[in-house]
Amino acid sequence: METFQTTLGQANIASIIIFFCFVAITLGITYWAAKRTKTTSEFYAADRSISGFQNGLALSGDYMSAASFLGIAGMVALKGYDGLIYSIGFLVGWPLVMFLIAEPLRNLGKFTFADVVAFRLRQKPVRVASSIGSLMTIIFYLIAQMVGAGALIQILFGLPYESAVVIVGLVMVMYVLFGGMLATTWVQIIKAVLLLGGATFLVIITLAHFNFNPIELFNQASLKYGDAVLAPGGFVTNPWDAISLGIALILGTAGLPHILMRFFTVPDAKQARKSVFVATGFIGYFYILTFVIGFGAMVLVGHDIITGVDKGGNMAALLLSESVGGQLFLGFIAAVAFATILAVVAGLTLSGASTLSHDLYVSVFKSGKTDEAGEVRVAKIATLCIGALAILLGLVFKGQNVAFTVGLAFAIAASANFPSLVMSILWKKYTTQGAVWSILTGAGLAVILIFFSPTVWVDILHYEEAVFPLKNPALFSMTASFLVGIVVSLLTKEKEAQDKFEDEKLRTYLGIGAE
Amino acid sequence: MSIKQEDVRTILESERFRALVRKRVSVSLTLTIIMLVVYFGFILTIAFNKEFLANKIGEHVTIGLPIGIGVIVFAWLLTGVYTRWANNSYDRSVRELRKQISDM
Repeated sequence: METFQTTLGQANIASIIIFFCFVAITLGITYWAAKRTKTTSEFYAADRSISGFQNGLALSGDYMSAASFLGIAGMVALKGYDGLIYSIGFLVGWPLVMFLIAEPLRNLGKFTFADVVAFRLRQKPVRVASSIGSLMTIIFYLIAQMVGAGALIQILFGLPYESAVVIVGLVMVMYVLFGGMLATTWVQIIKAVLLLGGATFLVIITLAHFNFNPIELFNQASLKYGDAVLAPGGFVTNPWDAISLGIALILGTAGLPHILMRFFTVPDAKQARKSVFVATGFIGYFYILTFVIGFGAMVLVGHDIITGVDKGGNMAALLLSESVGGQLFLGFIAAVAFATILAVVAGLTLSGASTLSHDLYVSVFKSGKTDEAGEVRVAKIATLCIGALAILLGLVFKGQNVAFTVGLAFAIAASANFPSLVMSILWKKYTTQGAVWSILTGAGLAVILIFFSPTVWVDILHYEEAVFPLKNPALFSMTASFLVGIVVSLLTKEKEAQDKFEDEKLRTYLGIGAE
Repeated sequence: MSIKQEDVRTILESERFRALVRKRVSVSLTLTIIMLVVYFGFILTIAFNKEFLANKIGEHVTIGLPIGIGVIVFAWLLTGVYTRWANNSYDRSVRELRKQISDM
């Protein structure tokens, strides 16, 4: 392996062909879906026609971003066991989505999670506040994805950053604009199958080098880089940091608007529940694969070559693909990584567009009075706006250190979206004022604290010491959001909301009246 | 399904419905707490007792490996436990209550 030379950074014909096949097939699906995307229910929720299994695959497609594939495999390749700790944090949010949120969300909501928060409260203030939380989450997540896409394509295909950003932006807008949720769902499903299939194959041909015995792989890693790679290292040094990050990952997962939106695509609560079971299974399986891929790269490619291509180790999975599978397989995995970004960005754009059109335009500006065609038109204009914004963000943040934005997106989701959703589902005395102030506190504190945290204050602004000690603010911003929500609700009694809470129970628990 | 307001009250106040809601909330919260205890237990073990996870169970393989992978598998199994309970016990009660309502 010492003589292994990578072709990363040069145009890979196989990769380009496979990527264009993916785009051609998905645009074909978009064309098919466009004929079935006329009404609001079709545009936002695929007319609730997606089965639990399909939605489970689509959910895992939404969640398995290029960052988690390349980033976690890279982390494992360089640090060993610590990468696993990180991926566990990403997974354990899913059971909570199932136990606390999936079914009530499906039964109470229509198109967005704000439908549920605003269900028995005063529409306008709650919709505005939850749109702020929702849009902030989406935009920070988009920045990371777009900048990641541009940088990734540069290394993978040797294509200029700017053109990569524009291609990603244009193609994903086509999916959403014409095919709505139906096309977006199928893009996610195809991408999930390709990613899971590609990763499985990579693990099989990697393990072939170790007599199909993972223990042999771990032993060799240990012989090469010491026993420390098989045990926790420096990832968790400050327990408060670890707890705060854990809260952001777990509760943030349960507050990501593009994930929550998927629960409206299935026909009923039973299918919503099934989708989480399927998604958790696939995502868990995927993280176990990335763990093996990371160790494979560590042993078969080695630290020197991995860090030689990218200091952060993000190319480890691709280098391993080339090393064990040759250029054709590298092309396949590279194309899948690109497709992954495309699909995640499409999901984010659709949920951003539905927030702008359904929550803000229709519910706030039009007080809920619009016709079907009017709302779909607005949703499409909103799609174009978010698409343009995504491209713009990708261009503006070129070369910037945006690693903190995913953490921030999860922190806002955990501190603004999750508390308001859970309290509105479970707590009778929750009020309009309580919801508004809880969301604003959570989102505001998450942004302010991350600015003063080591992630921005030290890593980006290069000050000696951070004002706020924790890398992720969720422990504080989430707690504050709950406290403010509870205190303000107790101070501002809302009898009407309490009465409605009783009535909505038939819908929450029995699904009577659910759309 | 359209139901009269007084029928809604009858259902909401029926012991059967209230028991269903209680059961549902307690199952949800119990499973949530189990998941959080397992996850944060794992994280705090790493924070305060790294040596434990570095204990060898094979030539090089540490106990941390099966435990880490185990947390992932456990999370998935827990969603299976919930799905099984909801598909059988919970959905049956929901069906019965809905039937009772449509007979009103």
